[in-house]
Amino acid sequence: MVFAEILKFEFVQRALVTGLLIGFSCSLLGVFLVLRRLSLIGDGLAHVTFGSVAAVILLGFSPLYVTLAALPLVVLSSLAILHLTRSRRIHGDAAIGIVSSVGIALGVIMASVSGGYNADLLSYLFGNILTATQAELFLSLFIFCAVILFVIFFYPGLFALTFDEELAKSIGVKTNLINIILMALTAAAVVSAMKIAGIMLVSALLILPPVTALQLSLTFKKTLITSALVAVFSVAGGMLFSFVFNMPSGATIVIFNALFLFVVLLTKKVIQARR
Amino acid sequence: MSVNIIATENLTFCYNSTRVLDDISLGLEKGDYLGIVGPNGSGKSTLIKNILGILPLQTGKVFLFGQPLHEFSRWDKIGYLPQKLSSLNTHFPGSVNEILEMGLRRKNAREKQQVLEMMGIGHLAARLIGELSYGEQQRALLARSLISRPELLIFDEPTTALDPETRDSFYALTEKLNREHGTAVVLVTHDVGIIGKFARRMLYLDKKIIFTGTFEDFCASSEMTGFFGSGSQHIICHQHDTTKRNG
Repeated sequence: MVFAEILKFEFVQRALVTGLLIGFSCSLLGVFLVLRRLSLIGDGLAHVTFGSVAAVILLGFSPLYVTLAALPLVVLSSLAILHLTRSRRIHGDAAIGIVSSVGIALGVIMASVSGGYNADLLSYLFGNILTATQAELFLSLFIFCAVILFVIFFYPGLFALTFDEELAKSIGVKTNLINIILMALTAAAVVSAMKIAGIMLVSALLILPPVTALQLSLTFKKTLITSALVAVFSVAGGMLFSFVFNMPSGATIVIFNALFLFVVLLTKKVIQARR
Repeated sequence: MSVNIIATENLTFCYNSTRVLDDISLGLEKGDYLGIVGPNGSGKSTLIKNILGILPLQTGKVFLFGQPLHEFSRWDKIGYLPQKLSSLNTHFPGSVNEILEMGLRRKNAREKQQVLEMMGIGHLAARLIGELSYGEQQRALLARSLISRPELLIFDEPTTALDPETRDSFYALTEKLNREHGTAVVLVTHDVGIIGKFARRMLYLDKKIIFTGTFEDFCASSEMTGFFGSGSQHIICHQHDTTKRNG
């Protein structure tokens, strides 16, 4: 009954739909990133997002359009990570670290120039899905559609690339194109996810659902579906729980995600012990 | 005139400033069985990766089935098995069946089961690749390289993780495909005895082509005696005789 009452509010409906769309997108992209040991890219891009948001606020953009305005900078940063990794002299984790620390350093400088850490900037650090705007809802819907189309149309290539990049190249998979789209979509998903979980916790949306799904030893397609289901239930459960008990929504969603993982790990342990 | 299945022209490749391939020009025709040998670091795998476009070309040209590499699109004509997977994650959630379908234009369940049975892993079709032993993974990948009935097979040290029985049946299979279907085979190996037994042509690589010709030519070549020393050349050729006797 309480849930039904809460869901009557338009801003709650908008927040829930935005959260579900972004949680779903992140969980699908996360499967490819986690399996390619690029999990921390979410964290790195979140730090870049902090710098981008600080720059956008410094430039005087309306808070309504901060997410949209930060998007190009974060996408460019994700491509920079890809380029650095390709140079063969820098490993993926180091490339993420470089771009991430430069992003946050620029953010700190710009926040300082614009007169310190104002409320707008701090709200992006911890996220508040209830303040999701109409523009952010449409951006989430656009990213959701783009991710779905990407996974469907590039599925054979994505599967091969995730299995082994060299083998994928040898069967004619356009690995460069797929990598660029994957990175750009991840950047877009991270930017929109900062409204849900905040910059500090955004990588959890990319990592926890896939890791939970991977514990179940399913086939590739079933892992993608399970990851998406874990994300959807975590976002819905976390948001409703946070409304009812007046808790921060981003952190609650992450805790719900972690609970799913904990339950799966515990169940596996019990099953193994009984054998 | 038959079109070369593989043709390279003046292929040169460097890792940073170290030259690994130096002016490699070679051709492979339909029905050829080419064995590539050479010491560690001689550029054997780099040559294969250049031919398949896994590494970007620096100097020189590669043609596959008469087409320049960058225009070639019929990758189902080629079956490739790398020396080792560069990034296999043991948690990878792909079943052997899904691995087999990778890059396949049409999926025929009977053909898939046949090739798995041939590699002795018919019972593992539904298992996840990460749950298999290294030898079983290698057999699954061998099956994948054969599934599209390719016109060219490229194997880079394919049998390192296989037991002797599976290794022998694998080589017998490559010989059968080559003899009966005219499938061209490129085999990179350290096992010179195997080259002598199966390959029609041998290429000795050490950054550049040191020798190319039949195994008999290699054993009879006084130039190679000068290069290897008569003792080493005798051991290589004797190894071939032993393999033949054992086979």
